[in-house]
Order: sequence, then structure tokens, then C-alpha cells
Amino acid sequence: MTQDQVARANPLRQPQDRRLPKIAGPCSLVIFGVTGDLARKKLMPAVYDLANRGLLPPGFALVGFARRDWADQDFAQVVHDAVREHARTQFREEVWQQLAEGFRFVPGDFNDDEAFELLRRTVEELDEARGTGGNHAFYLSIPPRFFNDVVGQLKEHGLADPEDDRSWRRVVVEKPFGSDLRTAQELNATISEVFAPESVFRIDHYLGKETVQNILAMRFSNTLFEPLWNANYVDHVQITMAEDIGIGGRAGYYDGIGAARDVIQNHLLQLMALIAMEEPTSFDARHLRIEKRKVLEAVRLPRRLDLSTARGQYTEGWAGGVKVPGYKQEQDIPQTSHTETYAAITLGIESRRWAGVPFYIRAGKRLGRRVTEVAVVFKAAPHLPFSETATEELTQNALVIRVQPDEGITMRFGSKVPGTAMEIRDVSMDFAYGGSFTESSPEAYERLILDVLLGEEPLFPRHEEVELSWKILDPIVRYWAEHGRPDTYPAGTWGPPSADRMLARDGRAWRRP
Amino acid sequence: MIELTDTTSSAIAAEFLRARRRAGSPAMGMVMTLVFVVDDEDAEDAMQAARNASREHPARVLGVILGDGRGSPRVDARVGIGSGWTGETAMIHLKGEATKHPESVVVPLLLPDSPVVVWWPTRAPDDPAEDPLGRLARRRITDTAAVPRNRAKAMLTQCRAYAPGNTDLAWTRITSWRALLAAALDQQPGKVLSASVTGQRVSPSVDLLVAWLTARLKIDVTRKVSDGPGITAVHLETRNGPISVVRDDGKVATFTVPGQPDRPVALKRRELDELLAEELRHLDPDEVYAEAVKTVCRLEDGGSSTRAGSRRSKGAS
Repeated sequence: MTQDQVARANPLRQPQDRRLPKIAGPCSLVIFGVTGDLARKKLMPAVYDLANRGLLPPGFALVGFARRDWADQDFAQVVHDAVREHARTQFREEVWQQLAEGFRFVPGDFNDDEAFELLRRTVEELDEARGTGGNHAFYLSIPPRFFNDVVGQLKEHGLADPEDDRSWRRVVVEKPFGSDLRTAQELNATISEVFAPESVFRIDHYLGKETVQNILAMRFSNTLFEPLWNANYVDHVQITMAEDIGIGGRAGYYDGIGAARDVIQNHLLQLMALIAMEEPTSFDARHLRIEKRKVLEAVRLPRRLDLSTARGQYTEGWAGGVKVPGYKQEQDIPQTSHTETYAAITLGIESRRWAGVPFYIRAGKRLGRRVTEVAVVFKAAPHLPFSETATEELTQNALVIRVQPDEGITMRFGSKVPGTAMEIRDVSMDFAYGGSFTESSPEAYERLILDVLLGEEPLFPRHEEVELSWKILDPIVRYWAEHGRPDTYPAGTWGPPSADRMLARDGRAWRRP
Repeated sequence: MIELTDTTSSAIAAEFLRARRRAGSPAMGMVMTLVFVVDDEDAEDAMQAARNASREHPARVLGVILGDGRGSPRVDARVGIGSGWTGETAMIHLKGEATKHPESVVVPLLLPDSPVVVWWPTRAPDDPAEDPLGRLARRRITDTAAVPRNRAKAMLTQCRAYAPGNTDLAWTRITSWRALLAAALDQQPGKVLSASVTGQRVSPSVDLLVAWLTARLKIDVTRKVSDGPGITAVHLETRNGPISVVRDDGKVATFTVPGQPDRPVALKRRELDELLAEELRHLDPDEVYAEAVKTVCRLEDGGSSTRAGSRRSKGAS
């Protein structure tokens, strides 16, 4: 039965009744890797917040799976502590009580047949006792190298297949979706062997749904921007994701991966696609995917990768008044590491709209401050009817979409300097989104989990987009691997000088975000 | 907060501007003007709720306090801008003859070209849409459950005076009940044969829930009385068996659908700021509410709920 038919069958649902939230049908969420940071800081609190807001179905169950010798009560205690510490909404005993009745814990390894047998029995017991109706979502909050084991076990023990047409099984995976095209394809093969494409939810928590929708609304609900949104008026686009922190304790994951594969492949290429794509026929996931895919397919790399890319590694320095170690001084990083902590690339999009407009994309750690933004920089006016001295401080108009922190839009344009002489300088006009739905805010996780339980196709990439992104990035990463080592930049600065030279060659400069 | 005594609208507007400049001229990202009209004693609570709600919907919030109508006209105001959110607030006290012309104070302070919402946290005019302040608004929010006396009559008055754009927080309060019942029928799409709603003897929310179920299910809905708080139970008898949501303590409900075990579900009575934030999310006329109030009037006039005339043509508002 489609959503429409349900609406018609249910007299209490009317399309114009927009107050009624969607409450997921009966179901459970099974989390692999419950002892991890993500599970404790984000997932468990988000589950509680959803319950508190009345958006979880009655009888919702939460199952933890990990290599711990815990009973259900121990698990409940862990969740309790996590909720107490990290939940966004007020802690209410009665909400907690009814939620905690649905907690189960399954101890075991990912290759432990008995444990998965126990999981199967647990899930069946939940269908019986809590009425979860055979609907179960598996959240793989674990390193990708275990996906194979877990997904294989789910299949083997009959956990991956829905019992009938009315129930569902879904799987949620987080980035990284592979480390190059080949591994991405392997990973996809593993998962798609067991789960259908529409049952696989790839989650990108940096680019929350709200942000995606904000960008779409800005681009496609206004007349103001669209006429300018092309190569006639746009000079170039800069996409930046800067972090002020170092790699912290993530050496094991980060070393050998680097900035380009860590964030450009997924977050920044997705952002680029949203900024550059044509208007979709509708805003459902399928039509969005078609347009994003077209853009990604039209991306071309410049011929000279030595001139059009830059990379760096941070060295010891002062960041925000604190002395911080260099990348090679971080724990567990080999002295010979060539992993880049800063990456800048130039991409072109071969379409009528964007021909000749470079997209400069950069990402890095230990940069000046934490910011993610897209700056669309417009061409200078072809003629300025002012004396040369009058416009010395005028640069190009720009529209900046701030993704985090402080999600909003900034417009930069020229305005007269108050006073008698005719002088023009840049001013910025600012708009901030009211809510706090940005980046990895708890609301973002609540929406993610709710979408999974409701079966709303996420706005996140399917494997085609993931693979297209790797096709764009693979040649660059390969080129880097074959050509020496990254440049260096002191922690707390905006990257290596080679990145500045990369833009200077085109007669442009990076914004200071 | 800046106190302005014996002031005017233009002085208040100037103070908004000065306050923004003092704060380093932050941008004005406001999307609406929210005006509330209230007595002195309830003003602080209303302002707090409005302030919390405007975190989600950045607004210029104008609290209008109608004081003693005798004596010479006088306007006092307390003006501030949000710290921690992009809003502005002014608490405006009117005295003397000025109490009869609150719109003259409010009009110059409305944000240009953006919606106006008027909210009466306690007592509301009998016909909000014809009220001088209500006329300025696209959305008029009353709260018949918060009226100090004779709530049953207040409810009926508001229902009879319904005009597109009116809404009542008693309606907002039942959203979570309605959501749960709709979810129950999502799972059990069998025809509903009979229904009952149990709640406090005088409760506008109970009346509205009865009316909504009557209108949507096209059956007679029985109203039963309990000690509350608020609504305590809804029972639906369907072809597939009974569905019920029972909440005795105002916090947790027991949810029963055929073929599944009984389950507890959190069903809290929500705070004022949450209700207000929900109201501000959609500013177009609420057609579902319109249908419900029409049904309340019809039931009051002794109409049968199964009468064919109950169907309201879509978009008539």
C-alpha cells in the first residue's frame, strides 16, 4: 500500500492537517557498536528525545549489540547515563520508564553465530512482547571492516529478510563509504547482496537533512538568485570545510585516509552538487538523485594536477592561544606519514550553466577556525562609473551559504562609505536560520533516526553517487601518492602557501571565512 | 531592557533600533510580529512563553497590557532585544483612554511586509477577527482553556465566531492525541463503528476532540466525564477490534490496538511555549480546526453527527 492509499484509508489523516507529525509504525532499532562514542553521545540521546517528543511508536524497542558481558539492565544503565548527560530535552522519569521496557542487550562478537542466534530470538521476542511487528532497523555504528561479518551474519540468521510484504528490515551505515572506487564498490556489493537499495540508509551527519533542504529552498523558491546562478555572472565558487581541531584520537582511522577522502569525497562533493545542480522535477529523493548525479557526471579535472591541487600537513603551532602539536607529533602517527591534513582541489563542470567556472574545494584540520561554507563569488561589474580611487576597497559581490556553525546566508556587496567623498567598500548583509538544526546537532540525529524508522528515503547518496565521487577524487589522490609529500603549514593558519598559489595562478584568492 | 515612561510608538521603534546598534548592529532575521494582549498579572508568563517560542520563529514580540481605563491616556514601555536569539521584545502598558486604541500603538511597530500574529493568553474578545488588534493579524490565537470563568461558554463563543485564521490552544493541546489515534488507524485500517472520549467535565480540548472524531469518522462520538486531568481516554470500536488510548495521570498513556500487546506511551501535557511554537509554524488558516469548530456548533445545536451536511467543502475558508 502506498502512502497515498494509506491516507485515503485512514479518515483521521488529511493532507491539509499539517500539525499531525508522522509517528513511525511499530519497530525496533538494533545498534551494533553501542559502546562507541557516537552511540552514547548521539544515537541514544536522540532516541530518548524522540520518545520525549512523542514521535516514537508505542512499544518501540532498542537493542544493543556489543562485546560486553552485560545484562539488559546494565545496558539500560549505560543508555540512562548517556541520556542524562547528552539528551537535548528534559529528562522525564515516565518517558524513560516506558522506553526502558523495550531495551534489550545481546552480548557477542561479530563472528559469533550464537550471538546472532540470540539476536534473532530477541527480535522475535520483541515482536511478541512489544508488538514490533517484524520491523527492525540495524544501525552499523562500527568500523567498515566489520560490515562484511555483520551483514553476512544478519543474512545467515534470517534477520535481513522481512517476514512479509508489510514488514521491513533496514540497515544504516555511516561514512566512510570505502576509501576509493574499488573499496566503495566492494562495500556496496557486500551490503546490496543482502539489502535492497531502498533499505540501505547511508548517513552523512555533517550534511544534515535540514541543511540540504535549506539550500534547496534558497535556490529554488526564489527568483532573486536563479538568473545570476550561471557562468555569465558567477566568477568562481569556493567550498570550504575547515576544522580547528587536530585528529585527536582518530589516528588509526585518519592516517592513510587524509582530508580529501575524509570529507571532500562525501560532504563537499555533495554540497557542490546541491549548489550546481539543475532544478529537480520534484523534491523527492529520486528526482534529487537524478540531478545530483548529472552534475557529478559532468565534473572534469584540470589537466595539470600539480598546478590545480594543493595539500599540506600541519606542523606544531599556536592555535587559538594554545600550543598544539604537529600532525607527526600526534599519537600513533608514523614519522614517514604522507597523509594530507589539508587538501585543495579545482574542479570544472562541463555544462552550459557552469562552463569556465572553477569550483575550488578545500578541507583541512587545524585551520584558523571551524567553518563550513559555500561562497559563490560573482564577476566584477564590467564597467564602474567611478574614479579608480573610489572603488579601491570594492571587491566582487559574493553570496555565502554558511553551513556551520551558525547556519545562514551572507551577501557581500558594495556600498558607499559614509561621508562626503565618493568611496565604495564591501559590506555584508547577514541572515541566520532561527533553529539550531545544523551539523551534528542532536536534532539532526533525531531526524535521521526518524526517517529511517518511517522509511523516508533519505536525501543522502545512493551508491551511484558515492562511486561517482570516488571517480572524481581517485585520480587526484593517486597523483598525490606518486608525487612526493605534502607541504606543511603551521597549525592555526589557513593552509600551505601552495594552496594560495593555486588560486593566485588564476588571478584569484581564497576568502578568509 | 530599557524603560520608556509616558512614551509613544515612534520612541519605542527608535529604541529597537538603538538597542540593535548597541548590540553591535546584528542582522534582523525576524519573520513575524507576535502581539499578545494580557492583564498585568499574566504578562510575565506570556512574555516568557513568547520568547521561548520565538527561538524557533524569530519575532518582534509586543506584549500589550491593558491597564485601568480611567484617567488620562498614557503609554509606558519596556524595550529589549534578544540576547541569545534574534528577536525583540516590548512590553507596552496602556492606561486611560489609550486602552481603547491599542492598535494605534501597535500599527507603527509592526515589522514591514511580514505576518502578524495576535495571541490572547487568557481572556479573548468575543469575535477576534473583528477586534481592532485581531484585524491586523493573519493568525489569531485564543486559549479558551485559560479563560478565568465559564470556559464552556467561551469555547462556544469562539467556535461561533470562527473566521479563517482563528485558532485556539485547546486545539493545539490535542495534537499529540490526534497523532496517536491517526497512527493507530494507520496500523489498523478497519472501519470505526463507535467512539468515545473521556475527560474533565469542562474541557474545550475534549469538545474539540469529540468534534474532530465526529467529523472525520462520520459517527456519533460519546462524551464521558472523568476527573481529568484534561482528556483521560479515547476508545474506538473498529471492525478489527477495540483501539484505545488511556491516560490517567496526564503523563503516560496505555496504547491498545487489536492483535498487539498493550504498551505505555509518553503523552505529556505540553507547556505553553511548545504549544505556541506549534501554532507559529503554519500561519495559513487551519482547515481541520475549522471543520472541528463547525462540528462543535452543530453538536451544540442538537445536530446529529451523521447528518450529511457535516461535510465541509475543502478550501471554503
